Amino acid sequence: MAVFLALGLNLKPGEIPSPFINKPAPVFSAPKLNAPEEKLTPTDLKGKVWLFNVWASWCVSCRAEHPVLNQLAQQHAAVIVGLNYKDAPNDAKNWLDTLGNPYNVSIMDQDGRIGIDYGVYGVPETFVIDKKGRIRHKHTGPVTAEDVQQTFLPLIAKLQAEP
Amino acid sequence: MKRLLFIFLLMMSCSSDAVDTRQLSDPKQQEAYETLTSELRCLVCQNQTIADSNAELAADLRRQVYEMLQQGKSRQEIIRFMTDRYGDFVLYKPPFKGKTSILWIAPVVFLLMGLITVFFFIRRKKAAAKLHSQAGALETDVEKQKKIRSLLENGDPS
Repeated sequence: MAVFLALGLNLKPGEIPSPFINKPAPVFSAPKLNAPEEKLTPTDLKGKVWLFNVWASWCVSCRAEHPVLNQLAQQHAAVIVGLNYKDAPNDAKNWLDTLGNPYNVSIMDQDGRIGIDYGVYGVPETFVIDKKGRIRHKHTGPVTAEDVQQTFLPLIAKLQAEP
Repeated sequence: MKRLLFIFLLMMSCSSDAVDTRQLSDPKQQEAYETLTSELRCLVCQNQTIADSNAELAADLRRQVYEMLQQGKSRQEIIRFMTDRYGDFVLYKPPFKGKTSILWIAPVVFLLMGLITVFFFIRRKKAAAKLHSQAGALETDVEKQKKIRSLLENGDPS
């Protein structure tokens, strides 16, 4: 009984295991936030290690995460793609103008369909995708400076070394 | 009276706070829509199904189910679509398989463990009670014999 209680207390119901690990990143073709007439697809990023960060201007935790992403962007360890999730483009642009823009490119998902394809259930979420376009890691909730040091940078270095 | 009315109104507000309803032309599809949305979990609120929830994600998932039914997708295909993206957790009733078997088996095991404990507990109690009453009977016998002997030897003091 005590064992079950201990197991139960250690489970985190907020962290839903992602079925995506080691699977190809779902395909999309989405308009860029700063140039809606241009579209981005995951194939454009083949051969690169990239982070796919789901964010929105209405998302409170994204604000906490933002400086961490800004700092990570300065290290140029990987391409950072933003998925602007269910947001008004103008709000999103204002947000980046005031808080800084860590993204190499942000794409728009106004009706949340790309979000569904990536199993997004809470913003922010961050995926790490390898050179072959496979999802290798998923982080739910805001990325902290500690996560960057302990998880993201080592993983990115490992993936960069892969062919 | 005022208080009762207030409570009644509160209850009304809960039930009338219905989430958006969609109508499919085919009654069979409509039924499938209703069962599917009550079997899929709203991942933001976790303890609600997407049929009950007002969360935006739940609304998006309802739209997804609706559209897939309109496209003629089967129940299996829709459930597969959801679990491919959100894992088994999206199913309000977890499926029976290796990883989740403990969820299904544990209650039965616990019930059996409880029954066995109760069985042995009652049996032990019964045995103890029997022993106790036997010992009690023996004790009164000894007392009685003592009394008889003293009566025989000394005569009735009264």
